[in-house]
Amino acid sequence: MFDARPSDTDYVRHRVSQFRAQVARRLDGSLTEDEFRPLRLMNGVYLQLHAYMLRIAIPYGTLSPDQMRMLAYLAEHYDKGYGHWTTRTNMQFNWPKLVEIPDMLDHLASVNLHAIQTSGNTIRNTTTDAFAGAAADEITDPRPYAELIRKWSTDHAEFQFLPRKFKIAISGGKRDRALVPAHDIGLRIVEKDGQRGFEVWVGGGLGRTPMLGSVIRDFLPEQDLLPYLEAIIATYNLTGRRDNKYKARIKITVSERGLDVFKADVEDDFKFRRLEFHGVDQEALAEFRERFAAPAFRNAAVDGFEAERAANPAFRSWTDTNLHPHKIDGYASVIVTFKAPGATPGDASAEQMRLLAELAEKYGHDDIRVSHDQNVVLPHVHKADLPALYLALREAGLATANAGKTSDIIACPGMDYCTLATARSIPIAQEIAEHFRAVGLEDEIGKLNIRISGCINACGHHHLGHIGILGLDRAGVENYQITLGGDGYDIPAIGQRAGAGFPAEEVVPAIDRLLRAYLEIREDENERFIDAYRRLGPAPFKAVLYPETVDA
Amino acid sequence: MSKAFIPTAARPGVITANDLREGHNVWMCEDGWTPDPAQATLYEDEAIAELALLKAIGQDNLVVGPYMVEARRGPNGPEPTHFREAFRQKGPSNYFHGIQTTKKSEAAHV
Repeated sequence: MFDARPSDTDYVRHRVSQFRAQVARRLDGSLTEDEFRPLRLMNGVYLQLHAYMLRIAIPYGTLSPDQMRMLAYLAEHYDKGYGHWTTRTNMQFNWPKLVEIPDMLDHLASVNLHAIQTSGNTIRNTTTDAFAGAAADEITDPRPYAELIRKWSTDHAEFQFLPRKFKIAISGGKRDRALVPAHDIGLRIVEKDGQRGFEVWVGGGLGRTPMLGSVIRDFLPEQDLLPYLEAIIATYNLTGRRDNKYKARIKITVSERGLDVFKADVEDDFKFRRLEFHGVDQEALAEFRERFAAPAFRNAAVDGFEAERAANPAFRSWTDTNLHPHKIDGYASVIVTFKAPGATPGDASAEQMRLLAELAEKYGHDDIRVSHDQNVVLPHVHKADLPALYLALREAGLATANAGKTSDIIACPGMDYCTLATARSIPIAQEIAEHFRAVGLEDEIGKLNIRISGCINACGHHHLGHIGILGLDRAGVENYQITLGGDGYDIPAIGQRAGAGFPAEEVVPAIDRLLRAYLEIREDENERFIDAYRRLGPAPFKAVLYPETVDA
Repeated sequence: MSKAFIPTAARPGVITANDLREGHNVWMCEDGWTPDPAQATLYEDEAIAELALLKAIGQDNLVVGPYMVEARRGPNGPEPTHFREAFRQKGPSNYFHGIQTTKKSEAAHV
């Protein structure tokens, strides 16, 4: 049942004071690590390969300039001057000290941020389209619904001990940019007979058993959102497997029981849940709609923008690549990639964070988004301001014109930081980006999604990469499997393993062979790698990945 | 990475964990815990190692998650046999952060 709290901040501060006391009890020996671990995880505190890690929730990826500045402050004062954008649009700090984390959380509370439910078998941060509220193809801004889900799921008493973690995504565009089919529950906003509602997907997920979800309801009326979500998660809570961690996600529950059986249970439960919702959720939704009202867009001439495009090839290239169509004439959404050649994908320095806060205030209607591909979006920028914005970004090394291209790689932290990892991801991403920049093929290759995970848990979404790379430990040596044909967007697909893995030093040559072959066999420059793969199948690509097999 | 490694003379091991208060990696040494893996005690006897691991587990107020892991005898002290432990002893490869910043021997040639 939805519980409208008088103040988010009071609640968050209460949780921080609880955690501060828990840390004190851990340090004075009153709590053992076994007792403390679930408490710290509830507050986003992991123990990683070199240090603790604090994962901060960025609800549906939306940040205000003040919140961004607070992240910069934490990076400087409690970490090593940077933070890491995750594929769940959160921020991770890699080096906090346990004794200082309560202070970090207090600072976060002052800007209404927290780390609650960024770990544990709970409902995690709901993700959405990074262009929400701005995209030209959007039916409606999904963030009021995402906020409703956040309020409802935070500290939801029934769902604090699910069989496994639970991830929800919501997309409002005609094109899905939130990876809806790859989530435990995915929601697409749709309209039917003039009524707004959701196409509800269930049972998707990556990890060791990657699956795309299925549609459990093709039209769910808007007002039924929370009771229906509750019915799905309650059904999963009771029927999901708790005997085997690797079979505990809802995708396994749905596939083992069958969608029809699962759905019948959900619909039965839904009948009763629905009676418990008396409209407070709809009142809250109306309030959230006001909170997410569009900013006061302005009218201005775009002559300067066009003139700069004509005069400055670097600016033109950046605007060709890093802008997304906006619903308002004269505006664009700007993709600021954190994928400069040699950079660690998704790492942002405190200076870069402060600059983005300042630029969002100056040119971006105070709005900042974190995208699931580890970039940052300024959703509302008037084109007249783009030349000045570009210059400011370029000075900070943030104007790389590579959004959606070869070097715009998603990579998890891998074994450079993560205790679950079986191999490193970051150096592979860096080497690929640097190589294709050096050989000058990135522009020719065009749109390409490369995704790298350092273990089978797939935080780097490798299954959804047109080219996916999975790092494994083969007899004490890092080894990388390549998957082909994955897609997280227009035609969702799980990539298929191409064959035997490659040692680290052979990954870049293998990707080089693959992409040179693609350039040879594509019909024209409009045929992306993934399109050519779909047209031709895996055979020509496997042949260049494994030439010795073909020769033999 | 097995956490149930049992050392022998042929395949010795060290005990490692994370510091409770600050989180950095530490190794069990003669007089407690050290952030320098070269100072770690190398265990070659199963019974002695088992006792030491029990002692480490009993120091829950100092360290988190102690485990025994294979190591080899090197000229300057125990050395890792697996790349995971090598990364734990050095720090991340994308930045000069972590233990590598305090180890003079490695810092010299980075």
